[in-house]
Parts: sequence; C-alpha cells; structure tokens
Amino acid sequence: MDLNTRLQNVAVIGSAGKMGSGISLLLALELAYRALENKDRTYLLNLIDVHDAALQGLIRYLREQATKDAEKQVSRLRRIYADREDLVENGEMVQEFVHEVLLHVRTGKSLALAKDSTLVFEAAFEKEDLKIGLYQELAALCPPEMFILTNTSSIPLHVLAEAAGISGRIIGYHFYNPPAVQKLLEIITPEVCDPDLQHLAAELAQVLGKQVVPSHDIAGFIGNGHFMRDGLHGLREVERLAQEHGFVKAVYLVDKVSRDWLLRPMGIFQLIDYVGVDVFQLILRVMEKYLQDGLHSPLIDRYLELGVKGGQTSSGAQKDGFLKYDKGRIVGVYDHEHREYVALDEAWIKATDELLGPHPEPKLSWKSLQRDPELDQKLRGFFQKCKESSSPGIELAKAHFLASRETSLRLVQDGVANSAEDVNKVLTLGFFHLYGPVNDYL
Amino acid sequence: MKPMPKSLYLAAGAYTVSLGTGRPEFNPRKPRPGLEHYIQEAGQASLAQISDPNLIDEGVIGNFMAARFNKQGHLGSLMTIAHPALEGKPMIRVEGACASGGLALATGIKSVLSGLAESVLVMGVEVQNTVKAIYGADILAGAGWYAGERKQGGTYFFPEKFSQRAGAFGAKFGEEKTRGAMAAWYATAVENARLNPLAQEHHNAVKDLMAQGLTPPDGRSFCEHLNLFHCSKVSDGGAAIIVCSKEGYKRLGLKRDDVVKIVGYGHAAANLTVPPPDLTELTTSRKASGLARKMAGISKDDYGVIEVHDCFSITGMLSLEALELVAPGESVELVIAGENKRNGRFPTNTGGGLVGYGHPTGATGVRMAVDLWKQLTGRAGDYQIPLKKEHGIMISMGGNDKTVVSLVVRK
Repeated sequence: MDLNTRLQNVAVIGSAGKMGSGISLLLALELAYRALENKDRTYLLNLIDVHDAALQGLIRYLREQATKDAEKQVSRLRRIYADREDLVENGEMVQEFVHEVLLHVRTGKSLALAKDSTLVFEAAFEKEDLKIGLYQELAALCPPEMFILTNTSSIPLHVLAEAAGISGRIIGYHFYNPPAVQKLLEIITPEVCDPDLQHLAAELAQVLGKQVVPSHDIAGFIGNGHFMRDGLHGLREVERLAQEHGFVKAVYLVDKVSRDWLLRPMGIFQLIDYVGVDVFQLILRVMEKYLQDGLHSPLIDRYLELGVKGGQTSSGAQKDGFLKYDKGRIVGVYDHEHREYVALDEAWIKATDELLGPHPEPKLSWKSLQRDPELDQKLRGFFQKCKESSSPGIELAKAHFLASRETSLRLVQDGVANSAEDVNKVLTLGFFHLYGPVNDYL
Repeated sequence: MKPMPKSLYLAAGAYTVSLGTGRPEFNPRKPRPGLEHYIQEAGQASLAQISDPNLIDEGVIGNFMAARFNKQGHLGSLMTIAHPALEGKPMIRVEGACASGGLALATGIKSVLSGLAESVLVMGVEVQNTVKAIYGADILAGAGWYAGERKQGGTYFFPEKFSQRAGAFGAKFGEEKTRGAMAAWYATAVENARLNPLAQEHHNAVKDLMAQGLTPPDGRSFCEHLNLFHCSKVSDGGAAIIVCSKEGYKRLGLKRDDVVKIVGYGHAAANLTVPPPDLTELTTSRKASGLARKMAGISKDDYGVIEVHDCFSITGMLSLEALELVAPGESVELVIAGENKRNGRFPTNTGGGLVGYGHPTGATGVRMAVDLWKQLTGRAGDYQIPLKKEHGIMISMGGNDKTVVSLVVRK
C-alpha cells in the first residue's frame, strides 16, 4: 500500500497535546493539498484525544495555523484554484483552503474513530503501559496493514512492540517541539521493522520537509540521551556550587553560564522548565529503567513533591519551574528550602554575575550569531579565549562543554547514534545550538 | 489649449507622518490611529494657517478604498470632523484609485473656476495597515480591471503589473542598467526621506543603499523584476491644501508669498479594460502632463521642482520620460547620473516621494501638491532646495497609468 493510499485514512492519538497538535497540523495541511490535487480520492484525518475541550482547542489551533500557512502559500493557492472561477481574490482562496483543511478532519474521544486507518500517529503520554494498551486496542480494531508511528522520545520500541504484539508494524517518529516548525525528525527503527514501513517513514519525512536523523532503539535515543545527561550535569553543578553560594545563586549561575557562555538559546534550567520538570523526571525514570546508568536527580524529585512543574499553559506561555517567568523573561529563581521564588533585582544580578568574572570579549551571544556568515570563525575565537584564560565562569563553561561532548561521544560508542555528526545534527537542528557538541573548539 | 480661465492658487498645505513598517513608532500589534485621526491632523494643520476657517466654502476629500480597508464609506461627511467650521458646507469624496488625491485637486479647481467657491479645502486620506499585505494586495487590485484581470493576476497584483513594465523596459534598454537605475532611484528616495521628518524612511540608516537596491528580484516569493526596495511601502497618512482664487487667499489673510499659482492642469483617463499600449511608456501620464504644460505655456526645461508618482522605482523613471525630460530609455542615464537628486538638473520627489515618504494612496496626490507648495514658498525645512526655476509640476497617477492628473504651479 503506497503512502498516498495510506494518507487517505490517518489517525493521531493524543492529538490535542503539545506534540500531537503540531503533528495533526502537519498532516491536516498535507492532506488538504493532496485532496486538492487528487480530486478522485477522499482523505480523512481522525484526531483522537481524551478531552472534548482540548479537541475544540485543537480545531481552533488548526484553523489559526492553517490560515497563517495559507497566507504564506497564496501563490501556490492561486495556481491550485486557477480553475475555480468563484475564487478570485487572495482572501477568498485563503478562506477556501482553511475550509478544505477542516473538511478532512474528524475529532473524537473514541479510538474506534481510527478503525479504517492504515497509518496511526501516536503522541500519547510518555507511559509504557498506556502506550501498550493503546497499541493492543488499535491492533484489534484497525486493518491488518495498519502501521504505527510513535512520537515516544525515550521508551525502547521493541519493548512496546513485543508487549503489544505488533512487532514489525511500529517505528519511532520523534518530532521536535513545535513539530510544524522544527525541521528535525529522529527516526528510530527497531530491529524488527517491516521494510515497507521503513520506506514509508522515509518518504513521508521528505514530503513533510523534515531532516531525518536515524537513531537506534536504545532508551532516550539521541535527543534525550544527550538532554537528560546535560540536565543532570547542570543539577550536579548546582549541588556543588550551592555549598559555597547557596542554592538560588547556584541555579542562576549554572543557567546563565549554560546560556550566555556556551552560547545556547536557553540555559539548562530554562530548557528543563520548557520541557516540563515532570516530563524530565518521567524520561529519566524510563531511561534509568533500561540503562541503569545513575540517571536520577533527588533535586528533580523534590521539586515535583513541592508541585513545581514548569511546562506551558494551553496558550503556550511558560509556566514557572526552576525559574519564574514574566512574559518569557526570567524574573526569579525557586528556593526549595523556603518554598518560594526569589525575585531577581538588578543589584542582585550584578553582584551574582560578578562571581563568574568577566564574559570573554568580544561579547558574543546566541542571538547575535544567528545567520552570521563567520559563525565558525567567531566560535573558534571565542572558545580559544576561554581556553587561554581562567575564571569561575570559564571553568563552569568548560566543564559543561566537555561533559556535553563526552555524552555525545558515548552516544556513538554505545551505538545510539551512527556518528558524532548525527549527534551534532540533533543538537543544532532540534535544540537550535549554534554548534554541535563534538567539535575541536576546546 | 486655452489658458487657465481664472487665477488659481494653492495655499496652507500640510500633511501627516506616513505611518508604516518603516517608522519606529509603528507596532503591528498595537492599535493605530484611524481615518479620523489623519483627517483631523492634516485638516487642522492646514486650517490653522488661515485667518478664519469659516471662510472655507467647500471641501473635497480624495480616498481610494476606505470602504474596504476601514469598512468606512461616506467620507464627504466624515471630512467635517476636521473642523466645526465645515459643518453644513458642501463636502464631497472623490475616487480614482491612487490618483484620488489628484482628482480631489481637480475637483477643487473646478469649484473655484465655476465661481461658486472662493476657497476649497482639498484633502486626501488612506489608512491601509489594517490588513495583512496579501489582503491589501486584493484591495489595491481594485485599481485594475477586476472582472478581466484579477483572476489571472498575481498574488501581489500591482507589483506584478509594474514588474512586467520593468521587465519590458529592461529587455528594450538593457536589464543591468535598468536594475542599476532602479537601485539608484531607491537610494535617492531614502536620502531625501532622511531630510523629511514625516517620511516613512526618515529613520532608514542603511549605509549601502545601492547594494540593498540591487538585491536580485525573486519571482517565486515576490516579483520577477522588482524587489521590495523598488516598492513604496504600505502607508497610513493624510494631506490637506487649500485651492483658492486671488480674492480667496487674500480673504484668508495670506500674501502672495504664502501661495503658489496654479498655471496649468491636465486630466486624462484611459480605458481600464484595455492593457497599456506600450509597457515601456506611461502614455496617459505623458498626455496629462503635456496638457498641463501647454496650459501653463511653458517648456519642459522650466521645472525647478518635480513630483512624480513612484509607486515603484520603475514608475518614477517612466514618469520622467512621460514628462519628456529625456527620450524613451534615457531615464536610466538621468537617474544613474543623479540628475533627479535634490541638487541635480531635475530635482524630483525632494521629500522622499512614494518610495521614501510613503504612499497612503488616496492622500498621495494632495501630498505632492503640498510638497510643491512647500518648495516654492520656501517652507520645506531640512529638505528645502535652492530653486533654480520658478515652476513645479506633479503627476498624480492611478492604476496602471489609467487616471492621471497633472498640475503645473508657479512661485
């Protein structure tokens, strides 16, 4: 069964979640274009989730995003609708296209909606028994040729497949957040995998305009394989620095150095907040279960006991976690001993920053280096300066830098990634780092 | 050609900031002033220059598409918000696409010539930043022939029409030279705008304007022969000026130095449903400006200051040829040599023009008249040029050279 035929009946499980909604959007757009170009076929996208309100929110999201997409694609729409005499203006075509997108979408809470689907995307909560149960139900419900593409970011696929009795029919299709924007797609092919599914997964990735990095079926894969260990490094540094500077300053300093001195888009604790402290813990637990590699942080457990979770609101705003945010800006640090956020004022920031010593000149930042044609040269110069000097900030940065490299090389050594280049690709494309961790800068 | 049957003057000009993405105060996420604001600001700034606003006999307002951009019709009535003295007077809105301002001037002129009015407040207004560019393109496409052209037209309908002209011009006279001249047009427009605090490009601090102007056009994302720098920006703005008789300006408390004399005007319309006879020429602009010049009884060498409708850089160049300053194709050399600059032989669009100041469509024709009035009365501030000749000419053009009003004025 070819891709176009499979795309005629698709289901997304967990469609209203953060990742599920993005995957649903990508598919809804693709199906709408296909429907316009293949008028003799019907296309159906079954969007399944557990809450009615969330599904209504999903429709609203699809409508808004499809409108934005159509506004960018008006020239294409003018060609597609060339034979529609009733559609003359750009605005009319945008409206018609949004209508077309929603025409193929069907939402509901029952898994039975997927009964004719031959392609199922699963983006349910990251819990093994939940996923296994879903797969068992789908296997009983759907046509025998049904394939599952799961967005799991940590659970080994062979475990899920064997437990659910669907070996060969499942592949890892790990999108990055937000799926409609992020170019990276980590494809995890378990040892037992139907060649047709492997072929289809590659073809669809191309259709959706994604850049694929293959990963082996080892818990955490490449993305979380690096991120979890990177986070644990930051947490260990906090425990060390806290003895001298106290906990609040330690969190602030490690976050700042991992952002401003390593030239990353977010500091490590802002990133954990972005992903969600709860999700971070969940993934650590999954990975530890299969890898037994000391992937555990008492600090993370303590935070969750105190109800500090991070993550995002339904409108996409950052919720407070390690750090407190005001319109996306960091304005405080959580003090777990006193169970409150300590506000960061200018004098406090200035005094705390001084603990690091001066930032290497010229002062580069992640933002200033975006699309810089001399990026490599500037990074080289910057890290050369770090190499040649020493200050508390530089030492923190170097240690983090080297830990990240070591983690990356281990991912290759352990057979998670095919090459260091693939790890670098995941970090640059999926985490928007300016440089891959395996490099000769330091 | 008969001379102007009666002495007519332009007085008390004013216009507002041209608001759009080029201005630092522009924030797409925040509410912006509407039609009312621009009508009041421009109207009041004009009326503040005369002794008594009650002496205004009539009002005319040029506007293109408020009915779609702002969901507002009935602008003749709305215009009275400019001043209580306008209440109960004859007020009319006129429309001729981007020449709406020019038509407002023509209408004011005819009122005074008829003898029914001595002083007419002529305004123009447009507020276009209410919709995204792709929807604005739909609205502005109304300046073309909807039933016959829109369906086949491009996403950005008018840029594409003038891109075709730029392509034809380049094919005939040399593509590389044409691109160079269009880039030079952009550079000059911004340089002039930097001297005009009301211009949208006033704060443009780009160092190498020529390099920017030479950005290769991208037919897939925009147009085959135009880049975005060749285009006037989407603008909100208003302009006002008074057309009056000799008795009129005296009664308004003004002196001859405060006013400029309208010595010629030409107005021509061409069939909207027929494509331009020659893509490399603005046939209707040539006709209207020729009529204005003949009525003024002057030669094409007599212009001390020029205002042309450079909705796109190529249109500015074609307009100089329509004015017969040079032979077809030679605007390239004229612009590359900088003869259109403020210190050149033909100082053109000294306040930035449409590319530099901006193009609030219905206001543009009136804004041109205000800029001529400012230069000829020495009120142009930082962009004042030393006048070498005492006449000024303007071309207010609508659509693809389909409605044109041209005015010749004298110091």
